[in-house]
Amino acid sequence: MAETLKFAFDHAYARDMGLQADGLACRRGGRLIFKDISFTLHAGQALRLAGVNGSGKSSLLRQLAGLLPVADGMFIHVLSPLRDMHYLGHDDGLKAALSVAETLVYECALARKEVPQALLTDLGLAASDWQYVGDLSAGQKRRLTLARLLLDPRPLWLLDEPLTALDASGRKLVEDLAEAHLARGGMIIAASHEALAFATQELRLGADA
Amino acid sequence: MSLFATLCAAHMRLAWRGGQTILALSFLFIAVTLLPFGLGPELKLLRALAPGLLWVVLAISLLTTLDRLFQADFEDGTLDRLRLLPLSLEAALLAKLCGHFLVLVMPLILSVPLAGLLLNIEAARLPLLLVAMLCGAPALVLLGGIGAALAVSVRRGGLLTVLIAMPFYVPVLIFGAAASQAALSSGTAIRPYLGILAALSAAALLLAPFAIAAALRAAQD
Repeated sequence: MAETLKFAFDHAYARDMGLQADGLACRRGGRLIFKDISFTLHAGQALRLAGVNGSGKSSLLRQLAGLLPVADGMFIHVLSPLRDMHYLGHDDGLKAALSVAETLVYECALARKEVPQALLTDLGLAASDWQYVGDLSAGQKRRLTLARLLLDPRPLWLLDEPLTALDASGRKLVEDLAEAHLARGGMIIAASHEALAFATQELRLGADA
Repeated sequence: MSLFATLCAAHMRLAWRGGQTILALSFLFIAVTLLPFGLGPELKLLRALAPGLLWVVLAISLLTTLDRLFQADFEDGTLDRLRLLPLSLEAALLAKLCGHFLVLVMPLILSVPLAGLLLNIEAARLPLLLVAMLCGAPALVLLGGIGAALAVSVRRGGLLTVLIAMPFYVPVLIFGAAASQAALSSGTAIRPYLGILAALSAAALLLAPFAIAAALRAAQD
């Protein structure tokens, strides 16, 4: 699948990793968003979070990332949350005043990596490396955030609506990356309204219609 | 390069591109130029008032740079990233504040002696004045940072930042003005005042990152 990507994954994760959530609840502004959420995820598996708007998909991801307090229930990680996880949220944390190339240098410095030459080509951004991030389209910014996943291999990916704003080749790119990640024993939890080809399980939040 | 230095350098670049340095400097000079118009051209009076005036002008122009210090990061998801770095949020924010100090506050401090000339301060006294400002300014930045962090979820929180930070500025301004007064008059010992200013800055350096990080975490919950 991912053979077309020049920036290769050359790592594999431990096969005995896993993540278990037990009876999670989330409270925002005094309102109970969800409760009794439980799931188990093993190495090589991907979980898709589905549910209507406001059902707490993003909140659950933020709880997993440790950015929101857990109102009830607990996580059992076989990994340390900070070091072993990537969180790509709604807000991309990109700075409009930096160029694409500068952003990449900054991301590489944060990940303590050399700047890989082929990465922008893989992400389909080779032609716009001199452009300011502020001038990029929403889809191009999405592609740029994917660089974080590749620069620093971490076993758990938390993706919030990973396919929004992306064109057909962008969606293919996300799917290829996800499949390569899972094949190496990684885990993915993605909130998405659309079906994800790589998802092995599904968790529906909120009231079902 | 360490993570701390990377974050500091990144903030310096962004702050510089934001163009706020020139704005804050212009503000400082406009304020100092306006003072003689309000107070009258009495040179003796200007010289007597200069120490206090310069501190107030420095504090206010510094506050103008603190507007949106954390707000952009809060809104665009950068704060999430800082929280997820293998570096404590406190350290990451301190790196940001260091960058802010170097790019936006240092030029202000360094231009104060020049502004002092406009208020008829003797050139020979200016280096001591500069030292006093260097001792006190870190406290102003760090305390102002607490104000900015507390106001972060308010859409137009600039004025709120000022209101929160101002009371904390009182001790720094009192000892700053006293130090400057001592710097300008021969005979008064300046070192005790410098010591107190430096102590205020050191205390702020120790405590402010925790307060700022706690305020930002609370704003995100």
